Amino acid sequence: MLRIECPCCGPRDHDEFRYGGDASVMRPRHDDPDPESWYRYVYVRKNPPGPHSEFWQHVTGCRQWLVVERDTRNHSILSVGFARK
Amino acid sequence: MSRYSAFSIFRNGLSGQKNWQRAWRAAEPKPAYDVIIVGGGGHGLATAFYLAENHGIRNVAVLEKGYIGGGNVGRNTTVIRSNYLLDGNTQFYEFSVKLWEGLSQALNFNVMFSQRGQIVTAHSADQLDTFSHRANVMRLNGIDADILDRDEVRRLVPYLDFSDTARFPIHGAILQGRAGTARHDAVAWGYARAADGHGVDIIQNCEVTGFVRDGDRIVGVETSKGRIGAGKVGLAVAGHTSVLGQKAGLELPIESHVLQAFVTEPLKPLVDHVVAYGADHFYVSQSDKGGLVFGGNLDGYNSYAQRGNLGIVREVAEAAIALMPCISRVRLLRHWGGVMDMTPDASPIICPTPIDGLYLNGGWCYGGFKATPASGWCFAHTLATGKPHPLIAAYGLDRFRTGHTLDEAGAGPAAWLQ
Repeated sequence: MLRIECPCCGPRDHDEFRYGGDASVMRPRHDDPDPESWYRYVYVRKNPPGPHSEFWQHVTGCRQWLVVERDTRNHSILSVGFARK
Repeated sequence: MSRYSAFSIFRNGLSGQKNWQRAWRAAEPKPAYDVIIVGGGGHGLATAFYLAENHGIRNVAVLEKGYIGGGNVGRNTTVIRSNYLLDGNTQFYEFSVKLWEGLSQALNFNVMFSQRGQIVTAHSADQLDTFSHRANVMRLNGIDADILDRDEVRRLVPYLDFSDTARFPIHGAILQGRAGTARHDAVAWGYARAADGHGVDIIQNCEVTGFVRDGDRIVGVETSKGRIGAGKVGLAVAGHTSVLGQKAGLELPIESHVLQAFVTEPLKPLVDHVVAYGADHFYVSQSDKGGLVFGGNLDGYNSYAQRGNLGIVREVAEAAIALMPCISRVRLLRHWGGVMDMTPDASPIICPTPIDGLYLNGGWCYGGFKATPASGWCFAHTLATGKPHPLIAAYGLDRFRTGHTLDEAGAGPAAWLQ
């Protein structure tokens, strides 16, 4: 199991969270006309074996969106912070 | 390679079983090959076999970083079926089932393909309607499919929950009678032995660490056993496709996720079919040793760890008991995790790549085992001719750019939803 240290609620089992995918992906500007940048935003992922920055939402807790850095090889959690800036 | 036969069993019995040939040679790499297949799983070995068998290309090496049978080909739930809905999938998977039907003969190796039939339960009138749609599409493509009402399901699989208190009462089911299971290790070993018999070098413990280039063209691979030249390189490394793809400079629409599977203690014969639960993601079959084999959902977050977590164990156990209350006291013996390429539309990618000399076979999500023969057949064709086989025309990498995705699950472009 993963144990995610929620900045609001403290350490919680990851079953309380919903996974939200790669947090390093940036949405193109809404008026960006280039289909290539939308293709990359929707589909292309780096998918690294190692540290991975990703969104998790604490759905059965404070409902905050978090950015978690996690090693995808062994699930060790390197950092947790709020997604809001 | 001497063929297996009743006579070979008799002859080796007379000499105390001491003179069996090894199933494939322990090959060491030559300086160069016509084709190098990276990945000695089911798909890689099948590709090598069909390159030799169908196209006469025998100067081929299969490079496996671990040992044959140690990856996803030995980490699945062995189910084989072709009950697909979308054009492109339907025909491909049916071709695969047809190859499975003759595979033991073709390989001279008993892969124990057992066409016990797959039943998917429906839990509402609406769900049975969508199953009828699917059954019609299958029949129009020449694939067997039957719709069963509640009484017919009950006659076939009386051990499911037909009580008044069932959480999701069974309304009916779709049955594909030609679906079934095969012995997954035998598939790997059978393809390895048959490919080796055609002169293919199967090189184990040989990890590919990079690519050799001549200008823009890939002309070989760097490995833990040194540099090996190649006319063409085919990647068949499900789970790690993006790792190797990045080394070659390919950006791929793939995330790696863990899928777990489970087996219980051995029971007397109970489950004659493959049974899938239409109200949740759960399916069960019984192995030849008697263990019930369970499959369920992805763990659902990026992972390269070949292990799962207890949350999914609980989910799968809950679904198992909701469908089959009679097994509530059966013990789970073990569970295992495999790493797989999840694509945004849950369909595979088999195609030539934009990089000259490099070909890709990956993105199998959790449905790769049933596709093994057809995948090998079509990838071998693609490698030999440089053009996609007609059956995999829909599996190109550019489908995400052009909007021609094959989203069988209808779950949208998030790999962990598929």
